[in-house]
Amino acid sequence: MRSVIAVYVENKYGVLTRVAGLFMRKGFNIDSLTVGETEDPAYSRMTITLNGDDYAREQLINQLKKLHNVKEVKLLEKEQNVERELLLVKVPNHPETRSEIMAAADVYRGKIIDYSVDAMVIEVTGEPLKIQAFIDVVKPIGIIEMCRTGVVSLERGATVLHTQN
Amino acid sequence: MAKRKKRTINGAQLAVQILIEQGVDTVFGYPGGMVVDLYDALYQSGDKIRHILTAHEQGAAHAADGYARATGKTGVVIATSGPGATNLVTGLATAMLDSVPMVAITGNVPTWQIGKDAFQEINITGITLPITKHNYFVQDVNELADTIREAFQIAKSGRPGPVLIDIPKDIQLAACSYEPQPVVDPFDTPKVPEDQIQQAVALLQNAKRPYLYVGGGAAACGLGEQVLLLAEKLDAFIGCSLMGLSAIPRKESRFLGMEGMHGALAATLACKQADLIFGIGVRFSDRATGNTDRFGKDAVILQLDTDLSEINKNVKVRLGMIGDITEALFAIVDAVAPQSHPLWQQTVASLKEQQTATVRKVKAEHPASLYPAALIDVVNETKDADTIIATDVGQHQMWTAQSIELSRPRKFISSGGLGTMGFGLGAAIGASIGTGCRAILVTGDGSFGMNLTELATAVTYGVPVVIILLNNGTLGLVRQTQRFFFGGRYAETTLNRRTDFVRVAEAFGAHAQRVTDLDSFRAALQTALQSNRPTLIEVPVDIDEPVLPMRLPGGAVDELITDLSQEELS
Repeated sequence: MRSVIAVYVENKYGVLTRVAGLFMRKGFNIDSLTVGETEDPAYSRMTITLNGDDYAREQLINQLKKLHNVKEVKLLEKEQNVERELLLVKVPNHPETRSEIMAAADVYRGKIIDYSVDAMVIEVTGEPLKIQAFIDVVKPIGIIEMCRTGVVSLERGATVLHTQN
Repeated sequence: MAKRKKRTINGAQLAVQILIEQGVDTVFGYPGGMVVDLYDALYQSGDKIRHILTAHEQGAAHAADGYARATGKTGVVIATSGPGATNLVTGLATAMLDSVPMVAITGNVPTWQIGKDAFQEINITGITLPITKHNYFVQDVNELADTIREAFQIAKSGRPGPVLIDIPKDIQLAACSYEPQPVVDPFDTPKVPEDQIQQAVALLQNAKRPYLYVGGGAAACGLGEQVLLLAEKLDAFIGCSLMGLSAIPRKESRFLGMEGMHGALAATLACKQADLIFGIGVRFSDRATGNTDRFGKDAVILQLDTDLSEINKNVKVRLGMIGDITEALFAIVDAVAPQSHPLWQQTVASLKEQQTATVRKVKAEHPASLYPAALIDVVNETKDADTIIATDVGQHQMWTAQSIELSRPRKFISSGGLGTMGFGLGAAIGASIGTGCRAILVTGDGSFGMNLTELATAVTYGVPVVIILLNNGTLGLVRQTQRFFFGGRYAETTLNRRTDFVRVAEAFGAHAQRVTDLDSFRAALQTALQSNRPTLIEVPVDIDEPVLPMRLPGGAVDELITDLSQEELS
């Protein structure tokens, strides 16, 4: 079962290692982890997607809460959050496949951000399922290489993960 | 009031100043190149803070740990960079697993040399990440004071644990000033919600065979009296983990002793037959529960702890209460109505009888009278209530845990979670130094051989520690596993060594004696306890003397070998 967990952390020495190390030593199976600065540069926000049962999810959340640099941990309930992921994919630029790739990119609202004689780089954003669907479309044509950011997520409405006190 | 001019000091002096400010009067450690400034600052503050020089950094870490376990204060250890720092690793892990508040300070190479593989450079924050509650690498002298204060705060808050601060040499030399602050308070512990207390009370009152299972958390918080009151009101019985052993005085009739792998038969079987198990400051360790899939299957399990990650970690509980365990337990004791369970009384009485019969049988098998349980009985008769009992890890530890009489918490110092052989001597020294009380270390030839160089520390500082060395010439716990389950193939567990422990101890300057019968043991122990000087008493133990009961590997809580005639089980 897939869970999306948002973590608000102090932007301090080694904090990513602390979180990542926890996954390793407690044996959690993580699909993705993203991290970036928040509106307050003293804090970073992580989005973790976990593949695991209720036990794994409860343990992950409880273990994260124990880390000193972790200020807030929240399970983002399905349907109450928005999720996005970004994909960069490099495909061959051949006359016989070019139009098919560009048509697919168009349908998936992708952007061609590099166009060279032998290759193109396409940028697609969306929910992970959409990203996967686009990959499935271009895969038979040929993927030279690709890079996914992992999921970032916010709750809908005015809710905030962490309030400064 | 005129503002006092701030005196410029360096980072090392500031660090020592903060230690003093936070109430530290004793530190354990070992100097080296990257802490020479820190040691200079300690030297200059020698009237306010005492440094105990050990023989090895590992011994210093165990001493700081023993100090903390015995006093309840935060133990402090100092080591230099590189090997000094890595030698703390086992000590920190030991403290982490047993929730002992400790602050470790290490030096490191100057910040401009970090990452260059400079001489004695090691990334100790990386190494100790999983075995500390938190750690710091100090990069700015202006953050040093608050970092050390916060380290003490983290170490003693909630579920205590070790915190490491790594201070590069240039930070120790950087100019700074000191502004006094009060001793830090622990972070606030949340209250257990009232509705959970009420649920717990309802479940406890509903039980017909209630069993209270106490651990290190209950012992550290001194909750023995409340647990006894609760047992009295509920007509319940009490068992404990190794870490909970000193929570309840042994003589209490409702206290059945340590349960689990080598626990008291009555405690283990009562836990098995209970219809309610209430864990208080205990993490349901595999040593105690056996196969968790089959633990408490027919029982309602309640858990009260301060660490939320312990709820449902090892066993699934009906009700997990997180927060201040002292406050919650008082509230529960207050609210429960007295119960009476005569059938449960009868059941436990017969379990106790079964246990007594086993003990009688062991006695009958030992006409020579010099066997472990008898030795521990002599210790019980001889020691006073203030005496600290420390152990290493192995058969001697289990024999001690099974029979030692403790009347108050913080008097039993033993490595529970990590099971660190070589822990005992350093820990006994630290515990004795911290409390001013005598310490008795019960150890074995395997464990003692690991860190016996700390005899030098005991002798140098005149620490009144009596070492009872049970010498069976083997790594006994492993041997008995090999005996029962590996067809008696004793792979590398027989210590065919010709070490003369008496002469070794004498060479260190300790008093030492070998005894071969119970009366001379008694006399030697009495003399040693009166002498106030480090003494080693070596006692031979039969190589095949087992620790019983013994749980089958992977077995449920009650799948035990209780008798040697079961040997063919293998």
